[in-house]
Amino acid sequence: MAEEWKPKILGIVCNWCSYAGADLAGSARTQYPPDIRIVRLMCTGRVDPLFIMKAFSDGADGVLVSGCHFGDCHYLEGNYKAAKRMFLVKSLLKNIGLEDRRLRMTFVSASEGAKWAKVIEDVVKTIHELGPSPLTELRQ
Amino acid sequence: MVEKKTKKETSAKKETKKAAAAATSQAASPAASPAAPQKQAKVGVFICHCGTNIAGSIDIKAVQEYAATLPNVAHVDNYQYQCSTPGQKKIEDAIKEKGLTGIVVAACSPRLHEPTFRTATKEGGLNPFRFEMANIREQNAWVHMHDREGATSKAKDAVRIAVAKASLLQDLFPKAVKVEKTAMVVGAGVAGMQAALDLANAGIKTYLIEKSPTIGGRMSQLDKTFPTLDCSQCILTPKMVDVGRAPNINLMTYTEVDSVEGFIGNFDITLRKKARGVLTPKEAEAKGIVGGGCNGCGDCEGVCPVVQPNPFEMGMKPRKAIYIYHPQVVPLIYTIDFESCIKCGLCVTSCGDKKAIDLEMKDEFEKVKVGTAILAVGFDLFPIEKKEEWGYKKFDNVVTSLEFERLICASGPTGGHLVRPSDGVTPKKVAFVLCAGSRDNTGVGKPYCSRFCCMYSLKHAHQIIEKIPGVIPYIFYMDIRSFGKAYEEFYYRIQDEGAKFIRGRVSHILENPETKNLTVFADDTLLDRPVQIDFDMVVLAAAVQPSEDTNRTRKLFGVSCSMDGWLLEAHPKLNPCGTTTAGVFLAGVCQGPKDIPDTVASAEGAASAASIPIHKGEVELEPYFAQCMEEKCAGCGLCVNLCPYTALALVEKEGRKVMQVTEAKCKGCGTCGGFCPGGAIWMQHFATPQIMAQIDAFLLGGEQ
Ligand code: FES
Repeated sequence: MAEEWKPKILGIVCNWCSYAGADLAGSARTQYPPDIRIVRLMCTGRVDPLFIMKAFSDGADGVLVSGCHFGDCHYLEGNYKAAKRMFLVKSLLKNIGLEDRRLRMTFVSASEGAKWAKVIEDVVKTIHELGPSPLTELRQ
Repeated sequence: MVEKKTKKETSAKKETKKAAAAATSQAASPAASPAAPQKQAKVGVFICHCGTNIAGSIDIKAVQEYAATLPNVAHVDNYQYQCSTPGQKKIEDAIKEKGLTGIVVAACSPRLHEPTFRTATKEGGLNPFRFEMANIREQNAWVHMHDREGATSKAKDAVRIAVAKASLLQDLFPKAVKVEKTAMVVGAGVAGMQAALDLANAGIKTYLIEKSPTIGGRMSQLDKTFPTLDCSQCILTPKMVDVGRAPNINLMTYTEVDSVEGFIGNFDITLRKKARGVLTPKEAEAKGIVGGGCNGCGDCEGVCPVVQPNPFEMGMKPRKAIYIYHPQVVPLIYTIDFESCIKCGLCVTSCGDKKAIDLEMKDEFEKVKVGTAILAVGFDLFPIEKKEEWGYKKFDNVVTSLEFERLICASGPTGGHLVRPSDGVTPKKVAFVLCAGSRDNTGVGKPYCSRFCCMYSLKHAHQIIEKIPGVIPYIFYMDIRSFGKAYEEFYYRIQDEGAKFIRGRVSHILENPETKNLTVFADDTLLDRPVQIDFDMVVLAAAVQPSEDTNRTRKLFGVSCSMDGWLLEAHPKLNPCGTTTAGVFLAGVCQGPKDIPDTVASAEGAASAASIPIHKGEVELEPYFAQCMEEKCAGCGLCVNLCPYTALALVEKEGRKVMQVTEAKCKGCGTCGGFCPGGAIWMQHFATPQIMAQIDAFLLGGEQ
């Protein structure tokens, strides 16, 4: 752990709202920390709990799942189903001794560029507070 | 030197890990399933400078050098503008020369240029779905402008993640579906009418759906229109008649959209025909009442004992429980307001042999199939009484601009004589308060400009100068936004006619309880001093907001909205009439405040856009369908319940149950794939091994 630690945060976002919101933050040149990498899916309903567990076991310090607001999912209700799964995954994380705050689900619409930037700032801050994932140390 | 060594080590490490990951994902997908193993991937990576948009914040050379070290990468290149013709040519040539199997372009958002590069990939002879984009502009260069190092390392990761996916991409084939040669327009204000007429004239059968009993919308409430001052009814009524007569338009008033299913080309829409209580001549004929049905004679209205305020006249004129809004309604059919109707039956008697009235009528539902749909659901006024400081609804002589329109209109409640609501006296000094609730960041009100209030307030000033000798209109404004064709000239004209302009927001209004006169307090920001002026009447140019029904309707059609509730276009410049739901388009103010010329222009744009798929006759659906890997499917049926589109079903095969997908119904959300306990669902283009490879590439392949 030399110099400055850079957290590894995976963002899994839906194409229609959060990805578009993130694009809007870009067009508006709203600056936020670069500590997140995005995987785009069509809908958060696609998020298999496995993806999140895999990310943590691969050494992610945090995972953000972001989709449309409730009632706004491009596929009607994918985000409800994703949100339900998040509870499940959070309890799994707790069971294996990981802070469940490392996983976060947010709802950012296509017009909420500024909110996207805030969410990222917030997530990065949380992960900085929590520090590196204990799993990373275990792996080494 | 040292750095180079680490890099080599890292990439070597990565190589083994990636290879392992690829191996597991392939092993996990047996032959004969959609996840059939592929030949060795050869990925080409192209990095775009986008002028200085990307190159200004990201070290392109470093990213390119890094990309060359990644597993499966067989070609790297960069270009000033990758989306330009030479840029695309580079991709095509590389595919042909190097026999690439996958393409990665690191540039802007796939929401912008994925179609462009898919075409280039196809031109190069590769299946267009073997393309993956790394977004290093909107989600990188533009948001980390002061962190070159952070942005560059993020770009490297993005490329690595994209290469991992591109290595596993497969040939996919869009599904062509036939497009129903019918369209629907929801909302019959001037936007909806224009769109429906255009579609009808282009030979397309069009359902025009209107929730109120007549078409015409807001424009039919206006007296004159700026800047030409033609009478609103005079230019609108002929259009209304055309709509009523057009053989290709199936006009359904007093009707709402109840549910929407399906997708572009094949929307199944259920309409709720609200119980109108009155039969049209056609409906009467269908019931065997010869020569019957409503002919608009109005005898019923004469005998109806129930009196209600008429919303068309902003409540300033009465109507009966059986009513028409105004004499020019289309269709000329009476409507019963069952909420206030006491079912005395007098109207039934007066209607006589026409037998048009049915007091027991119930809502009816009708199912229709359309290829494309246009939403033109319009706007309402912001409830300006919420701005308590201006006293609307507290002080009699404070009115909204729409009430003013009715008061000054010859067909309105006062026959066009502007009078004070408190005492019926003609006002001599009238204040117009602009930006009433618009451009308002106090939290009560709307932050946006409502866009047409400046101009109609100028028109109002002109109208009273013309009608009332000696009157002085005062206009309290923040800025006069006279941006349209011949608008600025109109502004000068009103100045010359003697209207007084005070630049400043009205802080509050007080009423003299005896005279009902009003005192307006404002700040004159040009003279930098407070002003306090007495008036006979105040007109608030209230902000506009999406109509009451907008939110419900947009959800039915799966259309997003902006933070203010206006419907969201697919792209403000490149696709202003389209939405993110293919086959659904926007016209008029529901997309954002527009004056009449812009509204009609947007309606014509929407009609043209909505007619394209219909005239083409066929559209291609993105092939992101779910597939069942039957050898893994346990037939539990969890997915069947998860699917919002009833696209999945369990079927018997070789003595056991397995899931089966109806591709035409599947929209590719992947909700089933996200929860299949056996991992038996293969989401095309977003398959589990592909996503896992992306996650692994990010977390295991990084600099360690
Ligand atoms: S499409 Fe955004 S959450 Fe479903």
